[in-house]
Amino acid sequence: MKSDSPTRVGKGKVVTAVFLKDIQIELRSRVVTNQVLPFAGLVMVMFAFALDNDDVLQRVAGGLVWLATLFSLFIIVQRSFAIDTADGALDSLRVAGIDLSAVFFGKAIALATKLIALEIVLICSAVLLYRVDVSATGLVLLVTCVLCATSGLAFVGTLYGGLTAGAKGRETLLPLLLLPVVAPVLIAATRATEAAFGSGGAQTSEGWAWIGLLAVFAAVFGVGGSLAFGSLIDE
Amino acid sequence: MIVSFSDVVVVYDNFPALAGASFEVSSGEIVLLQGPNGAGKTTLLRACAGLLPIARGSANVLSCDLTSDRHSVRRKVGLLSHANGLFQDLTVEENMSFWSRLIGASNQDVKTAMHIMGLSDRLSTTRVANLSAGQKRRCALATLIVRRAQLWLLDEPHAGLDTQGRDELDKTLRAAREAGATVMFASHEIDRAQNLATRSLTVVGGLVTES
Amino acid sequence: MSQVLQRTSPTGTRTTKVIGALALLVMAWVVVSGLILTPQDVVQGESVRIMYVHVPSAWIAYLAFIFTAVASASWLISKKHSMGFDRFAGASAEVGVMFMAITLITGSLWGRLTWGEFWQWDPRLTTTAFLFVTYVGYLAVRRLEGSVEQRARRSAVVAMLAVLEIPLVHFSVVLWRSLHQGATVLNPNGDVKMDDLMLFTLFSGVVGFTLVFVWLVLHRQRTMLLVDIANRQGLDAAIAARQTESLVK
Repeated sequence: MKSDSPTRVGKGKVVTAVFLKDIQIELRSRVVTNQVLPFAGLVMVMFAFALDNDDVLQRVAGGLVWLATLFSLFIIVQRSFAIDTADGALDSLRVAGIDLSAVFFGKAIALATKLIALEIVLICSAVLLYRVDVSATGLVLLVTCVLCATSGLAFVGTLYGGLTAGAKGRETLLPLLLLPVVAPVLIAATRATEAAFGSGGAQTSEGWAWIGLLAVFAAVFGVGGSLAFGSLIDE
Repeated sequence: MIVSFSDVVVVYDNFPALAGASFEVSSGEIVLLQGPNGAGKTTLLRACAGLLPIARGSANVLSCDLTSDRHSVRRKVGLLSHANGLFQDLTVEENMSFWSRLIGASNQDVKTAMHIMGLSDRLSTTRVANLSAGQKRRCALATLIVRRAQLWLLDEPHAGLDTQGRDELDKTLRAAREAGATVMFASHEIDRAQNLATRSLTVVGGLVTES
Repeated sequence: MSQVLQRTSPTGTRTTKVIGALALLVMAWVVVSGLILTPQDVVQGESVRIMYVHVPSAWIAYLAFIFTAVASASWLISKKHSMGFDRFAGASAEVGVMFMAITLITGSLWGRLTWGEFWQWDPRLTTTAFLFVTYVGYLAVRRLEGSVEQRARRSAVVAMLAVLEIPLVHFSVVLWRSLHQGATVLNPNGDVKMDDLMLFTLFSGVVGFTLVFVWLVLHRQRTMLLVDIANRQGLDAAIAARQTESLVK
């Protein structure tokens, strides 16, 4: 029997390959930049119409940023897995015999990259549209908050995206499964962002308690996801 | 034995796609699977790749017991299914380099495979979305060649290819056999396929018979 | 084939019959005592009687959640991946969702009478609501198409993820409330000064609901077993039918 099959590839290389593939596809198709970003921006404008009050907008700016992020998360996750299932690539990944937890991390990092790009635009638009001020210390808190919250969202998004990939009614099932799970991220990231924005007289120091929660969330679902992802996408 | 199935039942949503299939394939064979649509050929190939749970019976592929472990066999087989497993927004070259990076194939192997399948030059920088169906098939075959699998599983590899492509494919499969690999493929191009195969099996109603 | 089904088709056994009869008895006593014998509360008045339903159903809801988690973990850990664990996990989740709905409904009715509003963003309430939604999602995952094994694996994993999720949800809501104590209405927090009969009725309610829970789960997992058996027998027939395709040819 012939035994010159290619040797097993290290996990890091698989993570990188999957990450680069997802980013490359985004750079080509521009779905996030040309469709999701305008959508999220529109949501921010619509909030302004609906609330129609500068003081209120300033107070709730943090929450609106993260709500718009959550809505976009569903779209991006679905799109990312639709690409993988369209021509049976997910099948090919399974039969490639690679460590599927590496696929999980690769996809999660790519998702996080897209989300961060989106959040930067959303936060900037909150500053412009809702007249929010951010101090220097607030900025440090804000950056930490974005990093921690996004990792958590990327992990759960990839995990449940993999579960619903290819399933009937995935468009509705994904939000049903994801929304309750990301509730802690919404609460914690919103409060931390409000602290950073100083909304309603909140102190920057109040925000750091929430960062801890976000970090725990990211760690829990990072570990949970790397363990569960493989068995969720397998038949 | 490379593949040995005994009374294997594979179920999709309560439908027994394989209904007690028994057969064996030994090393160095090129086995043709023939049979009508819906007979279970695709299921048989996917089951061999360790993608489907074995509901009943016993299945052994490349010394892996599929009833207890469907994962370790996957690294040793190469599967070409109906879908091509390609990313439409990436070029041929980018697709090739993605799949070859995942399995640790060398650049030289990638170049050779692309050359064999006639995907060098202009085609290599074309997006898969802009390829014709046959060209996509060639690209999928190239990703399979790079794998250097011990067991090649091909689901209608001839479909969609032009005469030249089919000749190249047959040559490639024979070369793989020379190098020690075993091949199982399903095809409706009976003349060409029987010419290529060393043995053929008939799949009907989820059962396998020697033909 | 139909013989086997007939032999196994009643989902009741002697044990479930005893449990069912006991459940009826205890529940009858809870109804009589809860509605008639026990006094009304000094502060809450008649509305205190909701407690005899609300507290036990909340208890059952959480019990069901723990039960599903344990059964799912057992399925994942056990070498044989016995489908019995999967059925118990599913049955318990279904019953749990029902009791959680009862908890939320009775809770908000009580809230309307006592606080004057149907909903308060209290950590316990909020967590229960999230648990309810999570469970509904779990049941949706159980209905996804795929093989029996795949269903069991998926739903077991999702149940374990819920175990990770719920403490995080609860903790975040607790933290949220403690830091942002907005305009809280002065409300009696539900602690009632209870006499012995009230305590005993409440205790009976917990016992009665637990019996109902056990009775329902036992029957439900039996019907699930019957579905599995029917599918397996259907599969035998389907295999035979499938094989004849080759004869026709």
